[in-house]
Amino acid sequence: MSTSVETPSPKNSNATDTANDDAALQPRVAGPLRRGVGAKRAVLGAIVPLVLLLLWWLSTSVLGIFSPVQLPSPGSVVEAGIDLAQRGELWTHVGISVQRVLLGFAIGAVLGLTFGSLVGLSKWADALLTPTIGAFRAVPSLAWVPLLILWMKIGEDSKVTLIAIGAFFPIFTTVYMALRHVDKNLVEAGRAFGLSGLKLLTTIQLPAVVPSVFSGLRLALAQAWLFLVAAELIASSMGLGFLLTDSQNNGRTDRLLLAIILLAVIGKITDAILGVVERKAVSRWA
Amino acid sequence: MSLDASTSVRAEETATDTGSGQHQTGTRGKTSQALSVRFANVCRAFPGKNGNEPHVVLKDITLDVVPGEVLAILGPSGSGKSTLLRAASGLDAPTQGTVLIDGTPVNGIDDRCAVAFQEPRLLPWQNIHKNVELGLPQGTPKAEGQERVERLLELVELAEFAHLRPREVSGGMAQRTSLARALARRPGVLLLDEPFGALDALTRLKMQDLLLQVHEAHPTTVLLVTHDVDEALQLADRIVVLGRKPRETAASIAHVFTVPGDRPRNRSDEQLGRMRLTLLSGLGVDTHRH
Repeated sequence: MSTSVETPSPKNSNATDTANDDAALQPRVAGPLRRGVGAKRAVLGAIVPLVLLLLWWLSTSVLGIFSPVQLPSPGSVVEAGIDLAQRGELWTHVGISVQRVLLGFAIGAVLGLTFGSLVGLSKWADALLTPTIGAFRAVPSLAWVPLLILWMKIGEDSKVTLIAIGAFFPIFTTVYMALRHVDKNLVEAGRAFGLSGLKLLTTIQLPAVVPSVFSGLRLALAQAWLFLVAAELIASSMGLGFLLTDSQNNGRTDRLLLAIILLAVIGKITDAILGVVERKAVSRWA
Repeated sequence: MSLDASTSVRAEETATDTGSGQHQTGTRGKTSQALSVRFANVCRAFPGKNGNEPHVVLKDITLDVVPGEVLAILGPSGSGKSTLLRAASGLDAPTQGTVLIDGTPVNGIDDRCAVAFQEPRLLPWQNIHKNVELGLPQGTPKAEGQERVERLLELVELAEFAHLRPREVSGGMAQRTSLARALARRPGVLLLDEPFGALDALTRLKMQDLLLQVHEAHPTTVLLVTHDVDEALQLADRIVVLGRKPRETAASIAHVFTVPGDRPRNRSDEQLGRMRLTLLSGLGVDTHRH
């Protein structure tokens, strides 16, 4: 117990009751310590992006190694951003893309949770549905694009559907697997204390899978952004994916880079938000 | 010392033979009633793999446990000790024969029993208090349940740790939580499946003393599965040894011993020492080397 990071686990049979006081102190000690580590990590994590930015600036604005068509300078990318923002186009592109991602992600998440729970809890549903869902998962998701466009035309529906498909599978798989692997001992203990059916589900099985559900949601969100760009690259008149193709066609490398940077930043922000919720949930339920 | 080495035990013998009568009288108004347990010709076979013969684990278990008795079930690993306990709890059903608690057969999870497992099996996302609450029978009025949980936490000396999560406490504390959770059911029969087996030696001794205190406070019939001969001698009124005959897969009752003396027993008692040797040799351990 000399290192304060170590927490005694129930399996740690050597921890006798004299360790009680230490055990009670653990959470309080760990809090500020972890925060210090977090700040250090943030500083370390910022080094590489800043160095890349510096190299980018040096190679374009200062040394002029690349022509503006090959690699525009950071300044011109910022200017392109300001230009688009002043014309009001930037917010249209960002807004519609975020809307599509959130909508598709929400639909995919609800369906993934529903089917994942159903198949994970019921042997009958498992036998009935798993082969079919497995086969659908085996289809490379972009293969749906032509069909979706045929069925739903080039509108919001086809894009949101594609994103929902992308978000569905990570959630379905993690929920299904997590429910399959809920500690059998815990479930048996619950049964021994008279829990069954819905009560067993809400007392033991669902809380046990909360952490996995959140890691599934984060995977699904990343997938949603991936599928957004795929959908917008192929057929769209708005959105960050459209900005990418449009800029490529017009030789506007500055806007192209702007779109890529925006995708990285917005994707990272949404992931970070979900990450905060995940950490809260994990500390509550794990 | 009555050394009942005959193969099966009859009800009449054992009921009169035990020194556990004093615990029956301990049943007070507010506590649960200790109940009798009868294993009647209990057999348990598991289906064989790939169409093989079924694997018989237990056979011809006939045994009577009187209310308030502490019965230790001892045997080498794989001798079906836990299977016997699971049959009493209703977590598992015998392939033949029945288990009767207080004269009525066990059918499915039996709310007259409570189990404490070898591992604490606590819900990691709930604190100690909430984990003990899980043991309350469904339909217990809230205020009464809270009061009972608090009293039990006092009993197992965990009151000041009630707000901690299982991973924040030691193994011994987790096991005490598990015991309190079982007692929250007010069980007529308390089933303990090697509850102290995973604890270190010192904690185990403390837990054994605690169990005796708990048994004083809450008179209940206790079936204790253990692989620890000394634990059995320290805690039990009677010790049942399960064993297999040569070239048989199924275990049955090999011996029943009545442990002399009132609890708490002197751990270095000479009579117990002799019984210890008998038990060890009954379990196939060469006693000259121990």
